[in-house]
Amino acid sequence: MTNIDELVTTFTQKAQAVSAVVAEVNELRQAFEYTVDLCDHKEACQLLLAGCEAPLSPAAGDLCQRRRDKIIAAPGLDAADYQALDTLSRAKGLTLIRDGLRGYLAGIDIGLTVVDYGIAETGTLVLNSNNEEVRLATMISEIHVAVLPKSRLRQSSTDLETELEAMMRMRPGYTAFITGASRTADIERVLALGVHGPLELHILLWEDR
Amino acid sequence: MQTARDVKEYREELRRALDNEFLRQAMDSFAVAYRASRAKAFAGMDVDGLIREIAQAKDDSISRLDELYDEFKQNAEAAGVKVHLARTAEEANQIIAGIAAAAGVKQIVKSKSMTSEETQLNRHLEAGGYEVTETDLGEFIIQLRHEGPTHMVLPAIHLSRYQVADLFTEVTRQKQDVDIERLVKVARRELRPKFVAADMGISGANFAIARTGTIALVTNEGNGRLVTTLPRVHVALVGLDKLTPTLSDALRIIKALPRNATGQAITSYITWITGPNECAASPTGKKEMHVVFLDNGRRALAHDPKFAQVLRCVRCGACANVCPIYRMVGGHQYGHIYIGAIGLILTYFFHGRDKAKNLVQNCISCGACKSVCTAGIDLPELIKAVHARIQDETGSSLSNTLLSQALKSRRLFHVLLRSAKLLQKPFTGGGPYLRHLPHMFAKDQSFRALPALADKPFRDTWEEIRPRVVNPKWRVALFSGCLHDFVFPEQLNAAVRVLAGRDVALDFPVDQSCCGLPALMMGEAAVARDVARQNVMAIDPAKFDYILTTCASCASHLKKAYPTLLGHDPQLAARVAEFSAKVIDFSSFVQDVLKLEQADFIGDGKKTAYHSPCHLCRGLGVVAAPRELIGKAGLDYRQSDEEDVCCGFGGTYSTKFPELSAEILKKKLDHVVQSGAELLVTDCPGCILQLRGGLERRGDPIKVQHIAEALAEVLVK
Ligand code: SF4
Ligand code: SF4
Repeated sequence: MTNIDELVTTFTQKAQAVSAVVAEVNELRQAFEYTVDLCDHKEACQLLLAGCEAPLSPAAGDLCQRRRDKIIAAPGLDAADYQALDTLSRAKGLTLIRDGLRGYLAGIDIGLTVVDYGIAETGTLVLNSNNEEVRLATMISEIHVAVLPKSRLRQSSTDLETELEAMMRMRPGYTAFITGASRTADIERVLALGVHGPLELHILLWEDR
Repeated sequence: MQTARDVKEYREELRRALDNEFLRQAMDSFAVAYRASRAKAFAGMDVDGLIREIAQAKDDSISRLDELYDEFKQNAEAAGVKVHLARTAEEANQIIAGIAAAAGVKQIVKSKSMTSEETQLNRHLEAGGYEVTETDLGEFIIQLRHEGPTHMVLPAIHLSRYQVADLFTEVTRQKQDVDIERLVKVARRELRPKFVAADMGISGANFAIARTGTIALVTNEGNGRLVTTLPRVHVALVGLDKLTPTLSDALRIIKALPRNATGQAITSYITWITGPNECAASPTGKKEMHVVFLDNGRRALAHDPKFAQVLRCVRCGACANVCPIYRMVGGHQYGHIYIGAIGLILTYFFHGRDKAKNLVQNCISCGACKSVCTAGIDLPELIKAVHARIQDETGSSLSNTLLSQALKSRRLFHVLLRSAKLLQKPFTGGGPYLRHLPHMFAKDQSFRALPALADKPFRDTWEEIRPRVVNPKWRVALFSGCLHDFVFPEQLNAAVRVLAGRDVALDFPVDQSCCGLPALMMGEAAVARDVARQNVMAIDPAKFDYILTTCASCASHLKKAYPTLLGHDPQLAARVAEFSAKVIDFSSFVQDVLKLEQADFIGDGKKTAYHSPCHLCRGLGVVAAPRELIGKAGLDYRQSDEEDVCCGFGGTYSTKFPELSAEILKKKLDHVVQSGAELLVTDCPGCILQLRGGLERRGDPIKVQHIAEALAEVLVK
């Protein structure tokens, strides 16, 4: 096994252990297809499954009403990639956006990002989130799909120290470590996913060698 | 929160907590689950090494807080942050309210911050007319209930899903199901509009990295990300103790913090923020960002040679998770704002003597907290030290003064014990227990039978039983401790029998007195120092290879506490160091020095459980020796659950908080009974007093012996 294969194995195990879905893709286009397919097959508002019919106070109910179409946000992509994803999305009647995410704070269906690094030891993604749209895409989406280039995998955070420190030195800088979906155990220590952030995290390991 | 005016009122609160079925059961299952998940999270790692490194790095930061503050300020300000320093809690609240006023803020969302609990920030802001919403689920729940957290990581651990459902029904004015998944989603959606409307987000920070002016937030829910992203103003309230020189210091702590807190290898999110980032809600397109550092006594603490180490704390909550008292009574009764062992200490420094005075007495000194602390803080020692400080400040109680007077002179103390022997006569009915205690003494002690004082103390029999050794291989001084001298001399006799004929020249220096631990437990540091000195003078370490004691508590006190108590005295330092180095417990001596073997015993395969005394397993780190001896002795070792959890004795603790002592004992005995043992063996006469007394009251025939007795019974003659 090459070093990268070992890292992939460890990363996959650790990420799955915190309930992330891990798949492999050979090219970016496959990641786009995966995303569109996932969005196409998911309920318009996944919260339905978790009690949308449950009564809310008027303010919360209002915000919820504002949601209609299925939306994918992919703020970090370059023009060509964005175009490709947009074509795929349209074919399925999905809306793709790249900015103005503050207009969708009730929630979007999927946020798609290409992350900067992966830490195998803990199944962690490292994502430069200086761009506010990138930040929001990974916070208000019901599903976060993260593409992780395999060449960007490292064993531990210590192995990434130089790169991380460079990210910290950016003025300003907003760097996110993301490990699994948003979670809480605040009621009777029972684990529940998706308390404020995504309910699901899908990680697509991209063979970029 | 502490509102009790005295120990009596505090005990009433404790009793109420003990009667709370849900709380008891929730705390209990948490305690059990936590142990397992912590062990799993750290599997294969050098935990002690990691803790040592963290402690060292933290100590280094603490020693140069001002320097780190300046460096952070310079770098953060270069990135566009406004950095403030608040000397007091009040000042921090004023600074934050001032920022809100200047920015025309109306609505505020908060992510979890113990520091803002410390300053009671919400109260202050609400009084100023701001709407403040806690967005961490647990904090949201307790905010709605107008109460404080009961755990530093799981603030609403004391509440059931039913209580939460009722609460949410009230808030949404719609009936909510009792289903945790759904309740979580209701909170998610009730809170989202608050994020949308807020103009200001307040967070804490787990780290403030000086080199880059970065703050870091360690969270699971993701609300911290929303709080620091959506509103146009971000204020981080940060204790000065969170300053850390570099990223690598933070990464090192992150290796331990989530594992120790919740058994996670890492939390869902760690957010690193340097300077104000882009923010579409702000008229400038850039966030307004402030970091408010809170001193509130931290800088003074940093210079306190004894207490500086409390600033190492990373707020993982582990010291509460393993505490047998916390497990019984929960967080509202085991802290003011900060909870658990560290809370007992911090309450004194951050919230004053009055809030701390009852709390610090409610520690049984089992050492469980110290053994798991992320930062290697000597928590039980510091709790005792705070207790002593409070005692010095307020003066001792009558019973403490009497005890101190008695302990000061060994002769007087021993005369008192001897006369007590005569006085107890009418109460024993001739048996080994005090049968008819006058009501005044028996109060709340009915959970265990109390032993009578022995007919003859060990010291009076010493010359008769002293073994004669011609060619000694080891010269050993016996340190009996009060319980083995005056209550259970037969246990020490048994030890002498095990050692007989093995070339051990035993001596019993008669000027020895109480080890002094009880005095320290009562907050009487000066007396503890006094008796320590008496003992170090009574036993000349140069004359012996070992100072052997059959009492685990005495052993750990002589070995671990004496150097701290007396080490500062230049005339004594060398002698104390030698003295302490030579102290050894009975099991280690027999197993590691005498190296007794299977052939030395003929056991009868009696089913035997073991209770691991706190002061042996954690105090001295002795774990294997007694269990191996049980095996060698031919007894059938039956492992029971939670062998190393305290039995609830704790010396004077069990008379001060008898209802807690009784509950801890009950759990311990239940485990022993479940193991199916006929014999329960341990290494400490205090534990034996407690365990025997409890079994006697239950009418359970399980026999309790000191390991010396168990071994002496099966010796090959
Ligand atoms: S020493 Fe034991 S009783 Fe005291 S705070 Fe620590 S864990 Fe709790
Ligand atoms: S004192 Fe130690 S165990 Fe307790 S919260 Fe602080 S770091 Fe954690």
